[in-house]
Amino acid sequence: MVDVLVCVKRVPDSSGEVLLTADAQAVDARYVGSTLSDHDNCAVELATQLVETHGGTVSLVSVGAPESVEQLRSALSVGPTAATLVETDLRDFGPADIAHEIAEVVRAHAELGREHDLVLLGNDAADTGDFQVPVRLAHALGRPVVTGIKTVAIENGRALAHGDSPDGGRETFDLPLPAVVAVSEGGVSPRYPTIKGRMGAKKVEIEMRTPTREPHGSGRVRLTLPPPAPSTVQVLGEGPEAAPAVVDLFQSLGVLR
Amino acid sequence: MIVVLIETDAEGVTETSLETLRFARDLAAEGGGVPVHGLVVGSVPDTDELGKHGVSTVYVARGEGLASYSAAAWAAALVEARERTGAVVLTAAGTPRGNEVLAHVATRLDVPMAANAVAFEGLAPLVVKRQVAGGAALEEMQLPARPAVFTVAGHAVEARPADQATEAVVEEFEPGLEAADLVGRVVSTEPGVPDQSGDLRSARVVVGAGRGAGGPDGFGAVSELADLLGGQLGVSRVVTSLGWRPHHEQVGQTGSRIAPNLYVPCGISGAIQHWAGCASSKTILAINTDAEAPMMTKATYAVVGDMHEVVPAIVDEIRRRSGT
Ligand SMILES: Cc1cc2nc3c(=O)[nH]c(=O)nc-3n(C[C@H](O)[C@H](O)[C@H](O)COP(=O)(O)OP(=O)(O)OC[C@H]3O[C@@H](n4cnc5c(N)ncnc54)[C@H](O)[C@@H]3O)c2cc1C
Ligand SMILES: Nc1ncnc2c1ncn2[C@@H]1O[C@H](COP(=O)(O)O)[C@@H](O)[C@H]1O
Repeated sequence: MVDVLVCVKRVPDSSGEVLLTADAQAVDARYVGSTLSDHDNCAVELATQLVETHGGTVSLVSVGAPESVEQLRSALSVGPTAATLVETDLRDFGPADIAHEIAEVVRAHAELGREHDLVLLGNDAADTGDFQVPVRLAHALGRPVVTGIKTVAIENGRALAHGDSPDGGRETFDLPLPAVVAVSEGGVSPRYPTIKGRMGAKKVEIEMRTPTREPHGSGRVRLTLPPPAPSTVQVLGEGPEAAPAVVDLFQSLGVLR
Repeated sequence: MIVVLIETDAEGVTETSLETLRFARDLAAEGGGVPVHGLVVGSVPDTDELGKHGVSTVYVARGEGLASYSAAAWAAALVEARERTGAVVLTAAGTPRGNEVLAHVATRLDVPMAANAVAFEGLAPLVVKRQVAGGAALEEMQLPARPAVFTVAGHAVEARPADQATEAVVEEFEPGLEAADLVGRVVSTEPGVPDQSGDLRSARVVVGAGRGAGGPDGFGAVSELADLLGGQLGVSRVVTSLGWRPHHEQVGQTGSRIAPNLYVPCGISGAIQHWAGCASSKTILAINTDAEAPMMTKATYAVVGDMHEVVPAIVDEIRRRSGT
């Protein structure tokens, strides 16, 4: 049996065009919509697989706007059975503030007799890209942590975590539980929810909490967009008729064998 | 004083660490010419090279506990190097290890950290500009606390030797480590699957395919074109997330960075995270039904059309000309 807590963040979808809010303090989600931060999907999948193998439970936690309930429900639909939302405006929250609030949730659950053996997070958030919440959280809880992890196995009460080594090989970490692990995409493929999963997710009662302290801040002055590069593209043609022009280009570039 | 965490590989100091040294030197010059020191963990440093890049003292952390990588132990070494030098800035390249170690350092010292800086804006207080939203936006972030802790995004600045080389002095030390610093250490490494993305990263020609491929069976013509050009197939993340192709073929921020002479992205929109991996291509020929897709406007050449018609026509034309 293993009790896994997965930290998930609601973020603006940045796969298409990225726009900023009028006050330049955040990426604007108004037109693009919101989604679960990228690596977080993989963390949810990993947790679900661990519990399928060893039994136990997967819970979720998110710190953010009330609408984060949407992301919690969508993550609940693929396996987790409980969720907590620390409801707040993230605007003035830095990674240390977020880590502090998640640590408070872990402690509160422990007091109620629910010890989370493994806390999984994404390696870095798709919007703020701070690369820190996992380490700061582990520090606050006095637990070991590794980041950039692709897969995790549990053996004899320990977590064997695998990631990429700088030379492209594979490296293994062996952590005693309880531990904190930050997951990078590439190791597991997140599954799609089933109808049954979606129905089940609707029924879960989400535990609502409020922050335990005033945030210390993020240091953000403002966001800017990089200037668009001027287009100098040369259109070779339309449709299959362009093929001769393309092959002429290949010839002039010397890439034909 | 600035201390830069130096990463090394089989060829010596990594390119991204040299870039970080350049960033640190520029910052030091702005701050009145304070010295830049390096910290190397475990390995024997190339002092000549570090001197060329302006490093005054190379601190070399040694000890049993540093035999295999552990972020917490490396962080302990950097914190100790900071105590020895009184550094006001601690930095590293924005690599997986650089970001991980500096997150530990910032947490220990209870100061903020800015990940993936591309420039600095002001000195009092220090303001860095850093990549957020996968590089699609930049954030100006204040780092008023001392030491200021940040990492430098890969390829944000160009590595360049200092105008004046220094005679780098080596100072070895053994940082005090606690048992807890070693819990998260690497216990084994394996070459794993022989680095399958290596061929892609070093390819002269890459033919790319994105969602426009339409499904797992939509890669026949692009693969054939890649073969005819002696190149490799590269794909977008949509393609790997949908399970159409394996992850080692992915190009982009979370895939491989490629730098071929020719890149031919077909049915790829050119999202910033994909662009991050292919921007170094010498020539880009984009094929897309949408003439306004970012990949089409950023490319050197473009063909507007359905990749399932255009690519087979190109393949036929190559075969026709070579008589095969
Ligand atoms: C943190 C983060 C990291 C990411 N890392 C990466 C990464 O490493 N690599 C990566 O690629 N993405 C990455 N992404 C995802 C990225 O944002 C985009 O979602 C992705 O690149 C889009 O893939 P695509 O271009 O194949 O699909 P789409 O954006 O859906 O574009 C498909 C394109 O194909 C064209 N098209 C459709 N049909 C045809 C046809 N028949 N013929 C020709 N053209 C056609 C369309 O006009 C469109 O331009 C990342 C995102 C985030 C937030
Ligand atoms: N507001 C949040 N709520 C829950 N989890 C978060 C939040 N912010 C960050 N995280 C987790 O921490 C990871 C790394 O985020 P960051 O350190 O901000 O780049 C994310 O992928 C999430 O798993």
